[in-house]
Amino acid sequence: MDRGAISVRDFSLWYGNFQALEDVNLESAAGKITSLIGPSGCGKSTLLRSVNRINERLGYVRTSGDINVLGHNITAPSVSKVQLGRRVGMVFQRPNPLPLSIRENILFGWKLHARGDDGVDMEAEVVERALQEVLLWDRVKDRLNDAAINLSLEEQQKLCIARLLPVKPDVLLMDEPCSALDPVATEAVESLLWGMRGKYTILLVTHNMAQARRASDDCAFMLMGKMVEAGPTAEMFVSPVKQETADYIEGRYG
Amino acid sequence: MFEASSREIRDQKLQAAWRRAFLFVTILLILPVGVILWILAMKGGPALSWAFFTDWPRDGMTAGGIFPALIGTLWLVGVALVASVPVGVAAAVYLSEYAPDNALTRLINLAIINLAGVPSIVHALFGVGAFVLFFNMGTSILAASLTLAVMTLPVVIVSTRESLQAVPRAFREACWSLGATRWQTIRHVVLPNSGSGILTGIILEVSRTVGETAPIMFTGAAFFLPILPSGVGDQTMAMSLHLFVVATQVPGVPVELPFGVALVLVGMVLALNAISIVFRTRLRRRKKW
Repeated sequence: MDRGAISVRDFSLWYGNFQALEDVNLESAAGKITSLIGPSGCGKSTLLRSVNRINERLGYVRTSGDINVLGHNITAPSVSKVQLGRRVGMVFQRPNPLPLSIRENILFGWKLHARGDDGVDMEAEVVERALQEVLLWDRVKDRLNDAAINLSLEEQQKLCIARLLPVKPDVLLMDEPCSALDPVATEAVESLLWGMRGKYTILLVTHNMAQARRASDDCAFMLMGKMVEAGPTAEMFVSPVKQETADYIEGRYG
Repeated sequence: MFEASSREIRDQKLQAAWRRAFLFVTILLILPVGVILWILAMKGGPALSWAFFTDWPRDGMTAGGIFPALIGTLWLVGVALVASVPVGVAAAVYLSEYAPDNALTRLINLAIINLAGVPSIVHALFGVGAFVLFFNMGTSILAASLTLAVMTLPVVIVSTRESLQAVPRAFREACWSLGATRWQTIRHVVLPNSGSGILTGIILEVSRTVGETAPIMFTGAAFFLPILPSGVGDQTMAMSLHLFVVATQVPGVPVELPFGVALVLVGMVLALNAISIVFRTRLRRRKKW
């Protein structure tokens, strides 16, 4: 049975008394990019933030149903958010490099989790490998000790992706990773993500219809906390099954 | 066609008048500070000399310097800091980073606000009851400093909590997204980025502690002592109480002496405030988020 790398089953979520997600189901195939689309407030970011359980850090969140990541139910009480955070990395709307140097940003997660496995003397190699993977190495290799905040937004966002990699995640969650970037930078980050397919399973929240169409294998459309329709991106944009999907894709609301 | 109507001209004049009135009232704020400093400098200035800082009071406190009071104030403030900073910072970290928004947290916040509003003489009585008598510390530096610590705790907690909460949520989220625990987030990101703010709050606390008189009067500060304190179990003289004593309790004190003591006291407070302002500006300049 080929279950997805991320498999959401009848998942509901409440912030206090407000139900943000209602019996959501989603299968996200390993090594593919699945985009989540829908109008603002439809719950796509909430769903994304449930996959690494970062929502719970804000308090007052209740859930029901299951989310399986790599075949393990991550909503189980025995799950450690630290271990989960290692395997499931996240990138936010606005690039959020820590107020440290480029090198220290890359090493931050690695020092927390993986240094014991890799060995202390691996630092230089870890930094180079991560920056190579996001195509940033040649641009920053001579100024690794500069403050990360001085990079351009595009470089910052790539750095935020790069710093996830040393802890060897399997899943990358992207919460509108390009919404703070200009079109050229957006294209660069999209092509980077496309190149990272296969090695990582990527869940991509976007409000940019064209981006979902260009940069994802599968697509899921959400509305008012419910999953309306999910399927291969190519099919969904050509022949959506539901009327709401068609209306949204054609830009009648959202 | 674009000429101002007579009504507009009248409104503009009225606005200008009000603006000047507000400016005048604001300038009035500078006045008391300036006048106080001027009077202190004029009347207390002549008393100042190196010997004033290093000499003991002489001739029934009508002459001499303030050395034991200066040392005593350092003791009181130092011990108060040792007591209040760890407790205050820990409480602020809990309230800012861990506390859920529930009835207990709201009760704690209410307690902090009310603690800040308690008059210092009430703190003094609390200090006598709790530290001097109940914990049997006697009138001592320890009892007086703990009383000061309790009194300034709300300042430390509130200013620290504000510094912690000024650290952007994006930094915390960045940590969480890397699987950092709450403590790792606090240790590696929140505290390093709020350090200067916390320090500023502590300096302001010190500047307030230096001048307090009531809380130490009954708990550990003495009218006059012929020797320096040798430990926290001893009583001590203190600047603020010394000012009160030479200004009101001792006959025949030359006028420049109390003004000299007041000048030194105000000078200490202003110097501390200046340091905290420098810290704050440097912090703002370095901060780029």
